[in-house]
Amino acid sequence: MNTSALVLMISTWAIVTCFTVYFFIKVLTAKKHDEPDSYVENDDESI
Amino acid sequence: MGEKFKTADIKGDHWGSRIGLVLAMAGNAVGFGNFLRFPVQAVQNGGGAFIIPYLVCLVLLGFPLLMIEWSVGRYGGKFGHHSTPFILHSMSNKAIWKYVGVFGLFSNLAIAAYYCYIESWTISYIFHTIIGTFDQLSRFQVADFFDGYTDVAHSTTGIPYEALVFYVLCLALNSWILSRGLAGGVEKASKIGVPLLIVFGIFLAIKAITLKAGSENAVYDGMVGLSFLWTPQFDSLTNPKVWLAAAGQIFFTLSVGMGSIQCYASYLRERDDIAVNAMSAGFMNEFVEIVLGSSVIIPISIGYLGVDKVVDLVGLGGLGLAFRTMPFLFEQWGSILSVIAGVAFFGLLFFAGITSSLAMGTPIVGFLKDEFKFSNKKAALTFALVTLALGLPVVLFFQQGVFDEFDYWAGTVALFIFAMFESILFSWFFGADKGWKEFLKGADMKLPGIFRYILKYVTPILLIIVFVTSLIRPAKDDWSSLSFKGWELHPESILGQITYKGILYNKQNVADVFYSENSGIVDSIYSLRGKNYIRITPEEKTAEYGKNYVFKEHQKILVQLGDVVKAGQPILQGRVINRILYIKIARFILLTLFIGLSILVHLAYRNRKKYHKI
Repeated sequence: MNTSALVLMISTWAIVTCFTVYFFIKVLTAKKHDEPDSYVENDDESI
Repeated sequence: MGEKFKTADIKGDHWGSRIGLVLAMAGNAVGFGNFLRFPVQAVQNGGGAFIIPYLVCLVLLGFPLLMIEWSVGRYGGKFGHHSTPFILHSMSNKAIWKYVGVFGLFSNLAIAAYYCYIESWTISYIFHTIIGTFDQLSRFQVADFFDGYTDVAHSTTGIPYEALVFYVLCLALNSWILSRGLAGGVEKASKIGVPLLIVFGIFLAIKAITLKAGSENAVYDGMVGLSFLWTPQFDSLTNPKVWLAAAGQIFFTLSVGMGSIQCYASYLRERDDIAVNAMSAGFMNEFVEIVLGSSVIIPISIGYLGVDKVVDLVGLGGLGLAFRTMPFLFEQWGSILSVIAGVAFFGLLFFAGITSSLAMGTPIVGFLKDEFKFSNKKAALTFALVTLALGLPVVLFFQQGVFDEFDYWAGTVALFIFAMFESILFSWFFGADKGWKEFLKGADMKLPGIFRYILKYVTPILLIIVFVTSLIRPAKDDWSSLSFKGWELHPESILGQITYKGILYNKQNVADVFYSENSGIVDSIYSLRGKNYIRITPEEKTAEYGKNYVFKEHQKILVQLGDVVKAGQPILQGRVINRILYIKIARFILLTLFIGLSILVHLAYRNRKKYHKI
């Protein structure tokens, strides 16, 4: 593989992968809002 | 704005979890294009250099459109709207916007009609991989299998109208999932489908990159393919065609301009963070496209066929490479690994497809539920039946070009038009500053303020430029030919398509003489699966690049084996129905669909006015 192709590929892959992981972690670790929010996962079952 | 409708029905459909929403949005964006269209576009537009305009368009068009569509969707959802006609109406009380919003129903239905057909191929190919249909077949026999499969009257398994049966099965599956609602259907499917497709993609990418010349019948290393794909040809950066291709790819890959993102976002509440969700789903799609999409079909096919052959084959499109060539290449990996690879490849395409087709169904279900009080089941069934009705001409007349017409008008032009108007509405009528605040409501992070100005000026103006250039694109992409006296249109330009510029011969709907549409040598006159063909192959090319013309018993052949034929030369005499008639029928169907949906939206609007809901 020639150098310019390798540099372009690795740098693009690294940028895209880093942003993907960063935002995905943000989603996973985000504080849950008090109800009512849009998600049923934390809804009170008695309601 | 002009909207005074009550706030959202809190007992309505909801997302089960934030991660489920992000996976559903990513699943909506990740489609066949990530694996089949992106690498082909890159190969045809400067290799690694294509990534530069691609990333620029991602920042200037892709992300801003994601921001617009998430904001617009959540804003409309506040008033209980889940489809674009009334979502757009909630942003401006001018009547025209709800009819612009019809594009968000039209595109989803028309695209679903042919998209579910490709999805059904993946189910069929998984089935055929498992039962060993492709074992011991040559590359040409595998390609012929695809031609036979899409020739609906023929059966590869003994099941009559097999392609139609798989298509109906696929629609039934989509309808069943949609009928289970947002959290119980779409979200669950995405939570299974998206991780699985990423796992399948990583497996195939590793296998492709580690492919070694000399092992498993490979001729070249897999890295040769990656090198070819990523080697930058910087001179291509000055070519407007490359920038148009990059803008087009950003559209298709992010599924913007369709109305499905707005629909998914309409089930969110005002305090929910859409900034991080939008970026997460967008980047997940980019990861699948740039990292995985570039590492599967091109490295594998170049490993076996070499660069020159693959360059020729990508000219025929990514679908051809996937369905006519890949099963043969997987067969080189041995009896067990070929089945695993085949199931992984068509499995990832299936999951990429179904998570997108479910996103196409959701706005239709939302519209029918909101406006006509349909139940979930009734709305999902209606979606499947309408899609089937629209899809039948695509399935039955696939080889006559109906598929391509649907793809061009609904899957390309309609997306551009809708995104352009939506961006104008958001930035210039609703107000970019207000829109920017709307986007950041409830956001857990700050985004660069420059996007506020990109949203206000750059994105709508760029979309107008892209639309106008697509409308008037000159022949051979020679922009210097533009003049007030007129110029030759490119056959793929919108005006060129309207005026049938691409059809040079056989322009009558029905004729008594059929003319050859390519130059070459008559290298075969043969019968296959009950049909008769004349094949004309360009000189110095192999038979796979030849064009096959079907002829009927009552027609007289005007050429002989070995004759050199020029394009436009008569080759058949006797009554013939030309491709142009099928193209006109396809356009009529699409126009009827748009008008029909506009009437439904008008009736729904009257209904809302009658009950003071608007």
